[in-house]
Amino acid sequence: MSAYQDLKYALSDGVCYAAQGVTPESFATYCSRYVDGFLVTIELLALSSILGLCIGTLVAVARVSTRPVLRRGAWAWSYIFRGTPLLVQLWIVYYGLGSLGPERLGILWPLFKSGWAVGLVVLTINTSAYIAEILRGGLSSLPVGQLEAALSAGMSRAMAMRRILLPQAFRVAWPAYGNELILLMKGSALVSTITVMDLMGQTRSVFARGYSLETYLYSAVLYSLLAIILTLGLKAVERRLNVG
Amino acid sequence: MKTLIIAASLLAATTAAAEPLRIATEGAFPPFSEINAAGEVVGFDIDIANALCAKMERECAIIAMDWDGIIPGLVNEKYDAIVASMSITEERKQTVDFSNPYYANYLVLVAKKGADVTQETMQQYAVGAQRASISSSWAEEKVGARGDLRLYDTLTASFTDLEAGRIDSIVSDYFPALDWLKDHPEFEVIGERIDINDQIGIAVRKGDDELRNALNMALDGIIADGSYAKVSTGYFGADIH
Amino acid sequence: MELLGFGATGWGDDLLRGAALTLQLAIVSLAIGLSLGLLLALAKLSRFAPLRWLAQGYTLFIRGVPEFLILLLAFFGTEKAVAAIAQLVNLQGDIDVPKFAAAVGGLSAIFAAYGCEVIRGAWLAVPKGQIEAGHSVGLTHWQIFHRIRLPQLWRIALPGLGNLWLVMLKDTSLAAVLAIDELLRVAKVAGEVTRQPLIFLLAAGAIYLVLTAVSDKMRATFEARANRGMAR
Repeated sequence: MSAYQDLKYALSDGVCYAAQGVTPESFATYCSRYVDGFLVTIELLALSSILGLCIGTLVAVARVSTRPVLRRGAWAWSYIFRGTPLLVQLWIVYYGLGSLGPERLGILWPLFKSGWAVGLVVLTINTSAYIAEILRGGLSSLPVGQLEAALSAGMSRAMAMRRILLPQAFRVAWPAYGNELILLMKGSALVSTITVMDLMGQTRSVFARGYSLETYLYSAVLYSLLAIILTLGLKAVERRLNVG
Repeated sequence: MKTLIIAASLLAATTAAAEPLRIATEGAFPPFSEINAAGEVVGFDIDIANALCAKMERECAIIAMDWDGIIPGLVNEKYDAIVASMSITEERKQTVDFSNPYYANYLVLVAKKGADVTQETMQQYAVGAQRASISSSWAEEKVGARGDLRLYDTLTASFTDLEAGRIDSIVSDYFPALDWLKDHPEFEVIGERIDINDQIGIAVRKGDDELRNALNMALDGIIADGSYAKVSTGYFGADIH
Repeated sequence: MELLGFGATGWGDDLLRGAALTLQLAIVSLAIGLSLGLLLALAKLSRFAPLRWLAQGYTLFIRGVPEFLILLLAFFGTEKAVAAIAQLVNLQGDIDVPKFAAAVGGLSAIFAAYGCEVIRGAWLAVPKGQIEAGHSVGLTHWQIFHRIRLPQLWRIALPGLGNLWLVMLKDTSLAAVLAIDELLRVAKVAGEVTRQPLIFLLAAGAIYLVLTAVSDKMRATFEARANRGMAR
C-alpha cells in the first residue's frame, strides 16, 4: 500500500515540477495538493466505474429475469438508489451507519472506517443503479425475436444473455453510459464531505487558507480537463463499436 | 442614476446607526456555540455578544454561519462582526482586523485512554481536526502536508468520528474538548495542553476601526463590571479571560 | 421515535420545513433554469456564430465541472461580485445576497446547460414543413412559435425536462454544505444534536423518495395530457 502511495506522490511531484514555469503562481504554490487530489479522484472513478458496471449488468439482467423475486429486487435497487441524492446516500452510510460503531458492525467495520472505502462503495452502488436502467433500456430496444431464436436454438437464457443480448445492448447504450460516466466523475466530488482528500477535498482545504476564488477556478479547470479526456476516450470507443 | 445612488447612500448611511449590529457565529462549537433542540443558536459566544451589545447600547442580530464561509461573509458585508471563538492569527489578519482578545485558547490532543498516540508520534496515526482552524494548521505542521490528517466541516463531526473509532486522535480547542470529555470518560487529553499563544478575538472588516474600538471599549466594560465573569462562570465555573 | 415527532422536542416539523425549502429551491431554479435554457437553445440555433460559441462554451463548462463545485463558485462568487459592485458604485449599507439566491443561481445555471440541449433537440424535431405551412398562410413569427412550435416543443421535450427536474430535486441536497437549511442539512444537524444520525438521515432519504415518486407521477400525467390526440 505504501509503495503505491509513494508512486502517487512521485507522480504528483513530477507533474508539479514540470508545471512550475507554465502555471500561475497562485496555482504553483499548492500544485502538489491539487494533483494529489486529482489522482485520488481518478483512482475512485476508475474503481467505481468498473465495479459499478459489473454490478449494474447483474442488476439489469435481474430486471428482465423470469423470476419475480429477482425482478422486484432489481427494481427496488434501481428505485432506491436513483430516487435519493448521492450526498444523502454517502452521509447515511458514513455518518449514519458509521455511528453504529465497531461493536455492532463487526467485521464490516474496516469498510466504514475509511471515508475512501465508504465513498468507493456508495459511488459503485449509485452508478450501478443508473447503469442498470441504461442497460435495461438497451436490452428492451433489441428485437424480441433474438432471444426467442437463441432459446429455440438450445441456448440457456443465461448464455443467450451473455453471448447475444448484452453485447448488443452495450453497443446501443454506449452513449448513455458515457453520459453516466461523466456524471459519476462529477458525483465523486461529494466524497470530500466524508473526509476524503480527492480534488474537491484538497480544493476546499486550499480555499480555507486564502479564501481566493481562483482556487475554485483552478479546480474547475482540472475537472474540465478530466471530463474532456473521458469524453474523447468514450467517443473513440463509440466509433469502434459502430464500425461493426 | 447618480442622484439615485447618492440618495440611496445617504439613506443607507443615516439608517446605519439605527440598524442592529449583525454578528455572525458558528453554531457547531459547543459550549461556545451550538444549536439547541428548538433550533436556536446558544452558547458562550452568543452570551458574550449579547453582553457586548447591551454595553454598547445597540441592538444585536445573531446570525449562524458555517465556519468555511464565515470570513468571506464578513468581507462581503453580510454581517459586521464575528464572535465565534476565532483565533487571532497573522494569516487571518491579512483579511480581517481583530478586537482585543476575549479569552485565551489552548490546543489539546484527545484520544482514547490507553492509546499509543502521543504528541510526538502523531504522524503515524489518523488525526482529525476542523478544516480552516488553528487546530488543523498545528496538526498539519506535526503530521506533514501528506500525513493522515482528516478534515471536517465542524468540530462536532470530528468528535463523532473519534468516538466511532475512525480516527485515532483529534486536535481540538481546549474548552470544547473538556466539554465533550465530560460525557466521554473513555477518552482523555494526551500530554500537556499546547500553548501556542492562541488569543481569541472578534473579527471585523479591515479598516472598520470605529466598530473595533467600540467593541474593545465594551469588552473592557463587561470585564470591569463583572458581566463577563458571570457568563464565564456559568459555563466553565471560572473566569476564563 | 419521539425524535421524529413535532413540537419543541421533536424534529419532525423541522424535517418537513427542510423539505419545503428543498421544494422552494427546486421550483424557483426550475423557473429560472427553463427560461435561461430556452435562451441558450435559441443562441445555439442562431446564425450568429459567436453567440453559438458562447452558448456552447457555457454548456461545456457546466457539464464538465461537478455540481458541488459550481454551487461553491456561485455561492462565494456572487458574494464577491455583489460586494465588488457595491464598492464600485460606492454604496454603503448592506446589500445581502441571500444564500438562497446564490444556491438558486447555481442550480439554475446547471439546469439551463442541460436543458438547452433537450430544448434544442425538441426544437429541431418540430417538422419544418409545419413551420413553412404556417408562414405560407400568413401567420406571424410569434403566432407560429406560440401555436405550432411551442405545443410540440413541450410534448417532445417533456421526458427530458422531467428527468432534469428529478436530477435538480436531488441536487438541492448539495445546498446542505452551504449552510442552507434544506432537508438534508436539517437531518444532519438533528443527527448531530441528538447523537442519532442514522434515523434522521434515513428519514431524509425516505422523504426524497416520496418527492421523486410524486414528481414522476406528475410527469406521467403531464406526458399523458401533452400526448393526447397523438396517433400511437
